[in-house]
Amino acid sequence: MWRLQLEVRHLEQRAHDLFMQNLIKGTSHLAVGQEAIAAGCAVAMRPGDYTFCTYRGHAHTLVRGASMTGVLGELMGRECGLLQGKGGSMHLTDVEKGAMGSYAIIGAHLPIAAGAAWAAQYNKTGAVSFCFFGDGTTNIGAFHEALNFAVIWKLPVVFVCENNFYMEYTPIDEVTAVEHPAADRAGAYGLEPIIVDGNDADAVYRVARTAVDKAVAGDGPSLIEAETYRHYGHSRADPATYRPDKEVEEWMAKDPIPMYRSRLLEFGVPEKVVGDIEKGVLKAVDDATEEAKSSPVPRDELANTDVWADGGSAWRN
Amino acid sequence: MAELTYREAVADAIAQEMERDDKVVFLGEDIAKAGGVFKTTVGLYDKFGPDRVRDTPISEQAILGAAMGAAMTGLRPIAEIMFSDFFAVCWDIVVNQIAKTRYMTGGQVTMPLVIRSANGGGVRFGAQHSQSIENWAMMIPGLKVIAPSTPADVKGLLAASIRDPDPVIFFEQKSLYGDKGEIPDGEHVDELGTAKVVRGGTDAVIYALAAMVPRSIKAAEKLEADLGIKASVVDVRSLVPLDTRTIFSEFRKSGRAFTVEENPRLCGWGAEISSLITEECFWDMDLPVTRITTPHIPLASADNLEDQMIPSVDRIYETVRAGLD
Repeated sequence: MWRLQLEVRHLEQRAHDLFMQNLIKGTSHLAVGQEAIAAGCAVAMRPGDYTFCTYRGHAHTLVRGASMTGVLGELMGRECGLLQGKGGSMHLTDVEKGAMGSYAIIGAHLPIAAGAAWAAQYNKTGAVSFCFFGDGTTNIGAFHEALNFAVIWKLPVVFVCENNFYMEYTPIDEVTAVEHPAADRAGAYGLEPIIVDGNDADAVYRVARTAVDKAVAGDGPSLIEAETYRHYGHSRADPATYRPDKEVEEWMAKDPIPMYRSRLLEFGVPEKVVGDIEKGVLKAVDDATEEAKSSPVPRDELANTDVWADGGSAWRN
Repeated sequence: MAELTYREAVADAIAQEMERDDKVVFLGEDIAKAGGVFKTTVGLYDKFGPDRVRDTPISEQAILGAAMGAAMTGLRPIAEIMFSDFFAVCWDIVVNQIAKTRYMTGGQVTMPLVIRSANGGGVRFGAQHSQSIENWAMMIPGLKVIAPSTPADVKGLLAASIRDPDPVIFFEQKSLYGDKGEIPDGEHVDELGTAKVVRGGTDAVIYALAAMVPRSIKAAEKLEADLGIKASVVDVRSLVPLDTRTIFSEFRKSGRAFTVEENPRLCGWGAEISSLITEECFWDMDLPVTRITTPHIPLASADNLEDQMIPSVDRIYETVRAGLD
């Protein structure tokens, strides 16, 4: 759990640095500050379970075991990238690891995650589908369609709302009819309202584990609202100056990384072990950065592959 | 050879494929117990049961999202969007998700799914239940687009669509649902990406799709009977992939092409065919390609108003006659 959170923290910081050096183009939505949700859920998942996430998806892809080089390479537009440079930051996917994609249109992946859960139910594989999304997603139609659909079909899917209190640049409470954007809607679909401290990886793990057990038992979906805070703005373009200083300070004091470090030490884990894990992660991020930097850009011909299952892109004979 | 209606051929194709492959599942609004609002799927629920033939809420995004998620993880779903106009409420899932995910993931996922939908006008439903939207789908890379005109083609092309490893938008023409036709006995599977020359001719070629095919055949028969003009008719059937080989070889016989399209004028599939012919068959051209389409206005519902909009046998006949005059 410690390692996973550190991997996300340091990889995201590195992505930020590489942006500043203009080695990463386009946009990027960092999950710095939100690591505990990705890590807590990943530990609750089993091999074969599915992850569906949003454009803020580096964390969720990484914690399923995707390679750091593959993630950084994709962000940098290199052929070693997870998607060979064809998707970019907002679409990280590693199907072999169960990371079924990062979806960049708000809400779309909720019904898609439900569909994967349907296939698992139909094929009796026992797999559970996890679907991560932000607080802003709770105001789009697909959220409501997917919840109703998953409940009536009793699908093994766990919906996780990462409530970081801002819908892009706007405070979520200014644009939402209820106080808790996900939990207060749960009742409309016959679900239990679940709110968890999203900066406490162990607490997240416990609710996620309960949701997995419920799904595997055939008792249908869960909706978890995990409260958290992003340390950076919404995206690369956003310095997040709209957030009150006091609020930022309060949340910085609840940074999941130092919080978890203290807990480990409190539980008697030797400082050296805690520190060595962090050193190892930093080295892995450094190595991955170098490897990605030295990877060539994608071959030109890759632009024309993989539209169709035959590998090609022909629309005529 | 059995005679089936166009609507019966839909259920016949789905049953054929569901019997063959237990990964084929089917979902949509009113498609199971009710047998479909157009009665295209009668009997499937009784035959294959509630696990494989499932009614859904009125949630088009959920229907197509679920189909996509299931297709990515091993099933071969068929989803119904009751009227093609309703694609407008779930277009994100079609265009941004289903069409692009294979490409964006560097080929990590495969998307074997079919979205069936009742398309087109002629049944007085007004502008929100009558559109021909095949050109919407055609312009999105990553979607295959099929629109059959006969019961045999419904069965053969729908079966081929279900077996295809890529997403297929399958447009059924609602004004053709009652048409009868012979269907080959036994398993019948056609080939996507193939046009069909349904009537030979050396004076002109008429390219048509779906409901415009029988109208074009009638117009061609009348042209020959009245004026001795021998017009060939090509049923395009598959917009993506497009069978340019058949389209061009038939064109070269006369050098005079007409397209008959139910869609409104701008950016219809005929514009693409016209462009391709101009670019690749220019020295064989005897006339500019003439497009016969619905005017660029929403469809009206009254009998006489709708009938004057959608290309009729008379309009096709008159346009070809005048073009060759």
